[in-house]
Amino acid sequence: MANACAVVGVGQTRHAAKRDDVSIAGLVREAAERALADAGMDWKDIDAVVIGKAPDFFEGVMMPELYLAPALGAVGKPMIRVHTAGSVGGSTALVAANLVRGGVHSRVLTVAFEKQSDSDAMWALSSPQPFSPPLLAGAGGYFAPLIRAYMRRANAPSHIGMLVAVKDRQNALLNPYAHLHLAGINLEMVESSPMLWDPIRYLETCPSSDGACAMVLADAPTARAVAGSDAASGRSPAWIHGAAMRSEPTMFSGRDQVDPRASRDCVADVYRQAGITDPIREIDCAEVYVPFSWFEPMWLESLGFSADGEGWKLTEAGDTKLGGRIPWNMSGGVLSSNPIGASGMLRFGEAAMQIRGAAGEHQVDGTRCALGHAYGGGSQFFSMWILRDTEP
Amino acid sequence: MSGRTARDVAVVSFAQSPMIRRAEDANEVELVMPVVSAALATAGLTIRDIGFTCSGSTDYLMGVPFSFVGALDAVGAWPPIEESHVEMDGAWALYEAWVRLQLGDIDTALVYCFGKSSPSASLPELLSLQLDPYVMAPLWPDAVSIAALQARAGLDAGAYTEADMAAVAARSRRDALANPNAQVRGDVSAEELLAEPYLVAPLRRHDCPPITDGSAAVVLATGDAARRLTERPAWIRGIDHRIDTHSLGARDLARSPSTMAAAAGAGVFGDGAADDGAQSIDVAELHAPFTHQQLILRSALRLGTDVTVNPSGGALAANALMVAGLVRIGEAARRIWSGEAKRALAHATSGPCLQQNLVCVMEGE
Repeated sequence: MANACAVVGVGQTRHAAKRDDVSIAGLVREAAERALADAGMDWKDIDAVVIGKAPDFFEGVMMPELYLAPALGAVGKPMIRVHTAGSVGGSTALVAANLVRGGVHSRVLTVAFEKQSDSDAMWALSSPQPFSPPLLAGAGGYFAPLIRAYMRRANAPSHIGMLVAVKDRQNALLNPYAHLHLAGINLEMVESSPMLWDPIRYLETCPSSDGACAMVLADAPTARAVAGSDAASGRSPAWIHGAAMRSEPTMFSGRDQVDPRASRDCVADVYRQAGITDPIREIDCAEVYVPFSWFEPMWLESLGFSADGEGWKLTEAGDTKLGGRIPWNMSGGVLSSNPIGASGMLRFGEAAMQIRGAAGEHQVDGTRCALGHAYGGGSQFFSMWILRDTEP
Repeated sequence: MSGRTARDVAVVSFAQSPMIRRAEDANEVELVMPVVSAALATAGLTIRDIGFTCSGSTDYLMGVPFSFVGALDAVGAWPPIEESHVEMDGAWALYEAWVRLQLGDIDTALVYCFGKSSPSASLPELLSLQLDPYVMAPLWPDAVSIAALQARAGLDAGAYTEADMAAVAARSRRDALANPNAQVRGDVSAEELLAEPYLVAPLRRHDCPPITDGSAAVVLATGDAARRLTERPAWIRGIDHRIDTHSLGARDLARSPSTMAAAAGAGVFGDGAADDGAQSIDVAELHAPFTHQQLILRSALRLGTDVTVNPSGGALAANALMVAGLVRIGEAARRIWSGEAKRALAHATSGPCLQQNLVCVMEGE
């Protein structure tokens, strides 16, 4: 039986297309210092550091954690570097959580970042390789056919993606850390934006951001002490009630790339651990990795929030808006901030902030159970957690 | 808690590829599949029996973003598996798997890693991209030159001599004669080696590791599962890792504080006086790519003269990046399976000049 583990601190940077005011070290410290302050801790209180990011080509630094060790207070401590494609921010948090759940450490700092302005992410993802299918100019080219397959399969009307694009950007206006603050965002703006990879328009795709996210994870005695400490923010710990990862191969004959089995298996595992049988009723809000607008209805189905073929109906009815039946991506989501390596941890961190009542203007009042979700690769790597305000 | 009082986990099987200069057109799958298949077969398992899989590699060697994604095809991840990846040597993938096994809900884990350095026009120059990107990497100091600075620091401190370094190389090559996977082997005396010219003073060619392509895999199992899978499990009695600061100018390069701390965490020195040397270690496999690093590590680990160090030939005989650390754990475990060792130490390193170090202590029943 795993030990209890809770998030006791969350921090993130201001996300922007180009954070040329900070180095990579400055970027990760900005997030980490905020997480430590939220937890009422100092660098010396941390037992180990777990850091994640997407491909090193994005900054042109090979294994940058080596250089970042002093900036993250890791000198003399254990430090682990995780990389699991786009899901990395989520899986990094899970690797850190396992250090606590496995009884190895009491307080772990986990950080994820990307400084994408140091390179061109689209082409860093598209280097041609022998005997490998080309990524066709970045992730959008890869995912557009999956979206078209979903639209046909679910018989979804073509404006659903644009609804998601508007909703998430409206949420981002409430989030001071978000990269995109598109005042007055509306359907016409999205519809008139250029078509990049049919059916994905410019405003239906995620931005390329510089940013970082950090969390402090703690065992039960520490979490209880932090919650009652004057030094900390005094917010409720966000307790982990379920945590799961799944992977499957990129492609093989018969693989369902629209609704991958790894997604279904991962969410079934995390719901089983948390005792959730009816997610739309039992989960108060969800922060889910939606890098292209249409992935909201796709994941609504895959994650069991709707029946197959009906996810788009929740979106169309406004159920996923703030104040709706099941708010999704309260922070503005990946569509509003996308430092790739950190994007998964931002989802996990937003779930924790909602439990802790720390989400400010995009807080869903009374959140007691939240889902954090990340995926990556060719919709093949998944990591998820369920947090509650009660100790398991 | 250190790794000493944890749930019992053992190394129950290990496979490595032949370590060679060029794997030619072998891709990630072709590098990984043979060792994963062999490690699973030795344990009598298939991927469906495995509770958690973790791999280690780095994109920069092959020049492929997400090179670990392709490697996953070697595992047969269907139905989907619980899986993770570290951008580190496979020894840290093993550490992550060991941590995962501590949660208590699964009994087995598969660890694999691969490194194909041959596509790089200059591996030593490529490795300069591991350095601080603002103040060091722009100078392109190559990995051999940086190691030479470290070697010089130890010589100046009187920690060892160039003859000591040559003796390490001569012994490595002789030991590697018995290692069918080794890349550099031979019977040559330290005197002969010392007569060679410098490559980057004070390093001669024999002080440096070969450039190697290769792969390795390990199966871990807990408690009774381990006893079922193998006659003599190599129980992990302690495992820990630490990192030193990055800036070379801020470090005493002749010492390895992170190795000392990791060894203490892994229980190498016993619970007795801090001055105790390594306790009853029979065999130590040290991941020391350069001769002088083996001497620095021996000192940090306080290994006595009775300890057999690197019977495989070590990283001087074959140094597949992201692999050579896990190979040390596998080679040390092998000595326990065979009965040659009761208590073995394995060490892995990462980063310039031994910046990050992992120590794993294993014992027979």
